[in-house]
Amino acid sequence: MKDLIEIRWHGRGGQGAKTASLLLADAAFNTGKYIQGFPEYGPERMGAPITAYNRISTKPITIHSNIYEPDYVVVVDDSLLESVDVTSGLKDDGAIVINTTKDSDYIRNNLNGYKGEVFTIDAREISLSTLGKYFPNTPMLAAIVHVTGIMSDEEFLNDMQGSFMHKFAKKPEVIEGNMKALEMSLTKVKKI
Amino acid sequence: MSIRERLSGNEAAAIAMKQINPDVVAAFPITPSTEIPQYFSTFVSNGQVDTEFVAVESEHSAMSACIGAQSAGARAMTATSANGLSLMWEMVYIASSLRLPIVMSLVNRAVSGPLNIHNDHSDAMGVRDAGWIMLFSENNQEAYDNLLMAHRIAEHKDVLLPLMVCQDGFITSHSIENVELLEDDKAKKFVGTYNPDHYLLNNKEPMAVGPLDLQAFLFEHKYQQAEAMRNAKKVILDVSNEFEKLTGRKYSFFEEYKMQDAELVVVCMNSTAGTTKAVVDDLRTRGIKAGLLKIRVFRPFPAEEIANSLCHAKAIAVLDKADSLNGAGGALFEDVVSGMYVNNKYVPTVNYVYGIGGRDTTTKDIEGVYFDLQKIIDNGDIGNPYRYFGLKR
Repeated sequence: MKDLIEIRWHGRGGQGAKTASLLLADAAFNTGKYIQGFPEYGPERMGAPITAYNRISTKPITIHSNIYEPDYVVVVDDSLLESVDVTSGLKDDGAIVINTTKDSDYIRNNLNGYKGEVFTIDAREISLSTLGKYFPNTPMLAAIVHVTGIMSDEEFLNDMQGSFMHKFAKKPEVIEGNMKALEMSLTKVKKI
Repeated sequence: MSIRERLSGNEAAAIAMKQINPDVVAAFPITPSTEIPQYFSTFVSNGQVDTEFVAVESEHSAMSACIGAQSAGARAMTATSANGLSLMWEMVYIASSLRLPIVMSLVNRAVSGPLNIHNDHSDAMGVRDAGWIMLFSENNQEAYDNLLMAHRIAEHKDVLLPLMVCQDGFITSHSIENVELLEDDKAKKFVGTYNPDHYLLNNKEPMAVGPLDLQAFLFEHKYQQAEAMRNAKKVILDVSNEFEKLTGRKYSFFEEYKMQDAELVVVCMNSTAGTTKAVVDDLRTRGIKAGLLKIRVFRPFPAEEIANSLCHAKAIAVLDKADSLNGAGGALFEDVVSGMYVNNKYVPTVNYVYGIGGRDTTTKDIEGVYFDLQKIIDNGDIGNPYRYFGLKR
């Protein structure tokens, strides 16, 4: 891992991109890293495009600005591909991870000629089969951890078990489904 | 051993308040400080503090309730932002003139209008002459640390002034970062208990609070406030030194970052100082002698110390995250240049108004400021000292 990894999340209000960025920060924190996790607050409404950010570093982080040249981008909703310049500033030696079922030609054609690696995952299918509802943030969290390699899959799953037990202390029945969603996502994220 | 945590700036402030366990917290929710009373009220409900939490109907009442409680002999705290502070304004002056060491967490946000919920320092700058000690915090750690030091400074017998701890709305208040917390017992021991000499509920010493004060004595009472503010300087250093012994984290009036041989110097407050550090580090690798003076203590204003720190620079940029709309410079700029002038130090100095209403402040913006300073040195000409960056035009 590089000394500093910068990640930008694109989602729509209500899909949990902010929560996913905070969970990613949590997971990285638990492996001893310095972290930042923050959303860019705009007009907050269900469905509006939102952006969230992560910095993960082996050294203390002092920068307090948004991220313009990310190493990685996560797209939680592929309908954003045609309206938001998701690859803006994205480094060619980085990668983009997209929640989509669309074919690779469509994806490539909507990334403004991005030359780096492109990964896709069907977060809807994984979420529906493991949680019975559409919460794309859990699969996307696993996907970005896997793609960045900021920690091993095993380390991540162990850590998230603890996080979910804390986060869902009042509804423990959802922990198993969320863990299954993570496990499945780690194997289903594919490079195109 | 301290506790390694990751918290948002608001969480860090709320946890400091939990460890302080004040007698009274009175607050009204306003973005982006809302989470502080929200988290704190949970601590109250869970019995983790024994604070009387007063859910008032406005910020004017929040400060009024703090004044009432502190006058009675209690330790009172509040949190607010922007228009909440505007609505408190009348009572903010009364708190300081009654010499009540109330502590406020101010999560900086643009004051309307037009309506904006994002960060700048216009709320804090609006009360800069209200007689409150004002500490600014670069990050979540400093927001926490400054709150733990707040009561020790404010309640000191030579001071007895209210104190606000500022942090940048959303930029730090809603960003989670690594924070080192003190254990509860160590924090409590450091903060100590509040034992006022004079208070309303002392039946052995009946007294009046806030009576009419006309030509005969108001001047003297204002002088006493000014003296207390001057006294605060020593107390702030003493408390900061004690805090450093406890935590290893050094605080003073300001932080000098790579200032020793710095020729190009930026002066700023709060989160922009962190972004500036990253720029300074980068410029240093390119052989550019950049430095940063990060103001922590804005009131009292350490004019002489700042002048002594800056006098070796070749060009200075003072960044104001609030426009004083006065046809001249921003508040921090005016204070810095007046401090230099009075102390017979002259260095070419320019002002930048920036980041208004949450306009993002990037490393490129700050780098541009250092390049501008280099041009001033190269050309020997300041040009227009009243500048902006990040402004669309």
